[in-house]
Amino acid sequence: MRYEAPGSLDAATRLLADAEGAARVLAGGTDLLIQMRGDIVEPELLVDIKNIDEMREIAEEQGRFRIGAAVTGMEIMEHEAFNAAWPGIVDGAKLIGSIQIRGRATLGGNLCNASPAADSVPALIAAGAVASVIGPDGRRSAPVEEIATGPGQTSLKTGEIVVSFDLPERPPRSGDAYLRFTPRTEMDIAVVGVGVNLTLDGSGVCSAARVSLGAVAERPLSVEEAAAALVGTRVDDDALAKLSKAASEACRPIDDKRGTKEFRIEVAGVLAERAARIALERAEQR
Amino acid sequence: MARYHITTTINGDEVDFLCESDQTLLSVLRDELVMTGTKEGCGTGDCGACSVTVDGRLMCSCLVLGVEVEGKRVETIEGMAEGEELHPLQRKFLEHAALQCGICTPGLLIASRALLERNPDPTETEIRYWLAGNLCRCTGYHKIVEAVADAAREMREV
Repeated sequence: MRYEAPGSLDAATRLLADAEGAARVLAGGTDLLIQMRGDIVEPELLVDIKNIDEMREIAEEQGRFRIGAAVTGMEIMEHEAFNAAWPGIVDGAKLIGSIQIRGRATLGGNLCNASPAADSVPALIAAGAVASVIGPDGRRSAPVEEIATGPGQTSLKTGEIVVSFDLPERPPRSGDAYLRFTPRTEMDIAVVGVGVNLTLDGSGVCSAARVSLGAVAERPLSVEEAAAALVGTRVDDDALAKLSKAASEACRPIDDKRGTKEFRIEVAGVLAERAARIALERAEQR
Repeated sequence: MARYHITTTINGDEVDFLCESDQTLLSVLRDELVMTGTKEGCGTGDCGACSVTVDGRLMCSCLVLGVEVEGKRVETIEGMAEGEELHPLQRKFLEHAALQCGICTPGLLIASRALLERNPDPTETEIRYWLAGNLCRCTGYHKIVEAVADAAREMREV
């Protein structure tokens, strides 16, 4: 296996385009190295993208954040301005693995590993994050919910790399939250994850909302029906009941060792309501 | 395939080594550099026995490739004591009997030091959450948490 650590996106895309055998992008490696160890993937070329500045930065321009895909969980947790603007994304990043794992694991890797249970992804989807993707045909943008298509599968074409995530401008009175259910509080994988992001107008009425569910389908979902239950309301009990119902109805989970279908469907409704309450509280404080 | 020639800093000393592209930092430390203080537990990032810091960041050396540490600063358990003088955390682990078989101990010490560098006065809850990625199958965690809290207390007084 050949290892390369290019310093530019150009060089990285060229390496991937010219690769003759299987090639993999190495970011934090917390999934990839385990897959390599288990001979699940056997790349002939590894392209380490951590020397590419754009992929390692958290940038803020006129209230909009751009996060490099190779930014780690710990770096996100330590970034004060980002915590203030997008606490729900930080909720998700904080729950990934241990401190050791968060010191390595990246947002881009969490997305491109394409686990349906990835903790940072529902929060990114709820935030309306857009992935900037570069490949042999140049650069394109794609909403985060369009990247993962199934367990371990993405819509990325051969040679494409997720470079960064663009977050929308954050209006005043906006709040987001991510909650997951796990039997343990640390070092566990989501049975259900829910991200909620909402904005209130000056009179306290919800003017925009996005809701995302993880671990209840083959990929993290953006659930428009659930978001619609909040828009135009004061996020009162009635609206939350509708949100909860819409979240449960959007689930198409599997039974596995972490939970049954029925349990996941019920918990998705409960967590959606709780996450919305936290997002509401955060919106009211900003 | 040619091996990769990597130059890095380990515990303050410049070190160079040859490794395979798929060789983990853990394997480089133990098998190439014969620094066997860092232990292998699970090999999949779940147990924390192989914890080291790279550029000050706590990580599992089983989930880092040797080739990735070119130009970086690696800190391992071998750099924790100063000559014969143990680090306060090491001393407190002994005083509190916070170990039995010792396999998890280097990782717990490295992780605890990383905690105290960021937070010199952690609560019990903060210690437990920070160390959630370090598994001990012998002692239970109570004595470990007490040892870290006691070391933190002593280090704050100095």
